Amino acid sequence: MKNYDYGTAILSAFEYLLENYPEVFVIGQGLWSPWYVGNSMTDLDKKFGADRIIDTPVSESACTGAAVGASLAGMKPIVVHPRMDFMIYAMDAIVNQAAKWSHMLGGQAHPGVTIRSIINRGGEQGAQHSQALHAWFAHVPGLRVVMPSTVADARDLLIASVLCPDPVMYIDDRWLYEQEDNLSPVVELDLSQQKPCISRSGNDITIVGSSHASLLARDGADILGAEDISAEVIDIRVLNPFFVEGIVESVKKTRNLLVVDSGCLSAGFSGEIIAKVMERLPVNCLKNSPIRIALPDAPAPTSRFLQSSYYLSSVDVVEAVRRILKH
Amino acid sequence: MKNQLGILSDPTKFHSSISIDNLDSELLKKMLESMIVIRKTEQQLAVGRKNGLIGGPVHLGVGQEAIAVGISQLLQRTDRVFGAHRSHSHLLALNPDFYRLFAEVLGKATGFSKGMGGSMHLHDQPNGFYGSVPIVAGTVSLAVGAAMAAKLQGTNDIGVAYIGDGAVEEGVVHESFNLAKIQNAPMLFVIENNLFASHMHISLRQPSDLISRFAIANEIPHKLVDGNDVVAVFNAAKEQVTDMRAGKGPRFLELVTYRWYGHVDWRDDVDVGVERSLDDIENWKARDPILRLSRAMIEAGIWSEDQELTINEELDVAITQAWDQAIDDPYPDSDATLKYVYSPTNLKAK
Repeated sequence: MKNYDYGTAILSAFEYLLENYPEVFVIGQGLWSPWYVGNSMTDLDKKFGADRIIDTPVSESACTGAAVGASLAGMKPIVVHPRMDFMIYAMDAIVNQAAKWSHMLGGQAHPGVTIRSIINRGGEQGAQHSQALHAWFAHVPGLRVVMPSTVADARDLLIASVLCPDPVMYIDDRWLYEQEDNLSPVVELDLSQQKPCISRSGNDITIVGSSHASLLARDGADILGAEDISAEVIDIRVLNPFFVEGIVESVKKTRNLLVVDSGCLSAGFSGEIIAKVMERLPVNCLKNSPIRIALPDAPAPTSRFLQSSYYLSSVDVVEAVRRILKH
Repeated sequence: MKNQLGILSDPTKFHSSISIDNLDSELLKKMLESMIVIRKTEQQLAVGRKNGLIGGPVHLGVGQEAIAVGISQLLQRTDRVFGAHRSHSHLLALNPDFYRLFAEVLGKATGFSKGMGGSMHLHDQPNGFYGSVPIVAGTVSLAVGAAMAAKLQGTNDIGVAYIGDGAVEEGVVHESFNLAKIQNAPMLFVIENNLFASHMHISLRQPSDLISRFAIANEIPHKLVDGNDVVAVFNAAKEQVTDMRAGKGPRFLELVTYRWYGHVDWRDDVDVGVERSLDDIENWKARDPILRLSRAMIEAGIWSEDQELTINEELDVAITQAWDQAIDDPYPDSDATLKYVYSPTNLKAK
């Protein structure tokens, strides 16, 4: 029995922040009845009071903007969007305001807001209860984009995001919540120094992903290991600003590259990874053309039958690796 | 459109001196001088834009000075004031440093936003001005959040958002009214109803010209006064700000006014045509907030034409000097574009 799962790791980050930082407060829909968010926010309102755990009207835009404004006034707010799809109403507050105030005002304003948005999909919920839009946000300078894939990162990167003076988009995926791990006591991390990490070492191919795609890559690598294919898995963790150097070093070693992404394929983050890696590789370094696997360029279907072929699985990762290695 | 503003929106009315009640003469002089500073600064910006020395757009609020000046007398430096695209007056009423505004509009490192903002992105937080941005209604929810923060922080500070009559056509403004009310946030919504959004008269955009109807819908106490009467603005805001500092929640202040120039830059005739006529402009110029206060003070024997002449001459000299200095000031360093994207201060791990 491990001491945390992904959801309780997030919960423990909230508790740590609310206990140690009086300027932290949480705002969003459903916080006084947080069944939307699994076990990740249970009883925070009872423990820390309704003044600091603010359940809100159905107003994503104003609530996100209010959190940005509170951060300008010295608070460390966390906005919670239980489903990323609804957060699209708040794009101005995120993209035009939070991400740009430091730059537009000569580095004198610090909107240190953390926006926690959740990818929550499957279950025949369809096109507006399913999206993984991290690539949009990674395109916005000034907005740090964090996608924890592991139980430890779920806790530690949330704490690092809230303590960071810049606006942070922290994205967690409900399909990660069943993971378990043993966590040590909290060590506060500097978010600006967090880079991709190697979660499986290997020599035959580099598989890169973030969030749930990174979990699929880890599972795929474990399956491939039984076939004597040694895959190196790199978990991106922070998509913006994006540190690519570690991935380049890995690909120089394995000379094969697969990118897995839980967003749609075209103009997605998978393309950015391949572009940045290719720009830095010596000519003829790769033994085979790189491949990316991601969601089809179509909204998520509701029908169980269609849905089953829409999302990726670890089998897709394994097959893509075999395709690259012509195994 | 239902005309609910009545004579407040009739440009042929309110041309005479305002009533100065029993207001302290020093306060009246301060407000008069503040309005003159703002007027002259913006007129200098109009010239600078016209002759090409200013490269970007300037949204001038000449004619609307009484609003920010009347309200700012009631603010403290720790309050949280947010503006929009037409915000020179909102900033200068808190800090009359026209030199730093000139520098900013000219893109110089010595400006309010270190030359990164220009006319449309202004910042002077030490004096309470958190920021202005040109996305219509972009700061309204931010101001509500800053007001909520004031409450959480246990201060008596308030949030202030300057909102045009066009901005209330944005959905987020209504979310913000509702949120401020339900949170009992110390938030002053200041509606500068100048009857126009860009080139469009309010009659072409809304079924009523009374913006306060949204205050009524959200159970927010509101007042409606002549925005070109600085004493009326001050008196209305005084009661509201006192209530807000006492924890009574948000307030809504609608002020009817008019801008002398077009939506952007120095021309006054550029958006004449769609319900904006040259006759209206001339009539509104006669409802001049500066002239009406100055006349009232002269009539009351606490001000003179000589004093006004002197202050005008002194300001002309100071403004010319400040402009010349700003012109000579350096641009930001070439690394500034990348330098300010993220905060330079990294958290020190414990």
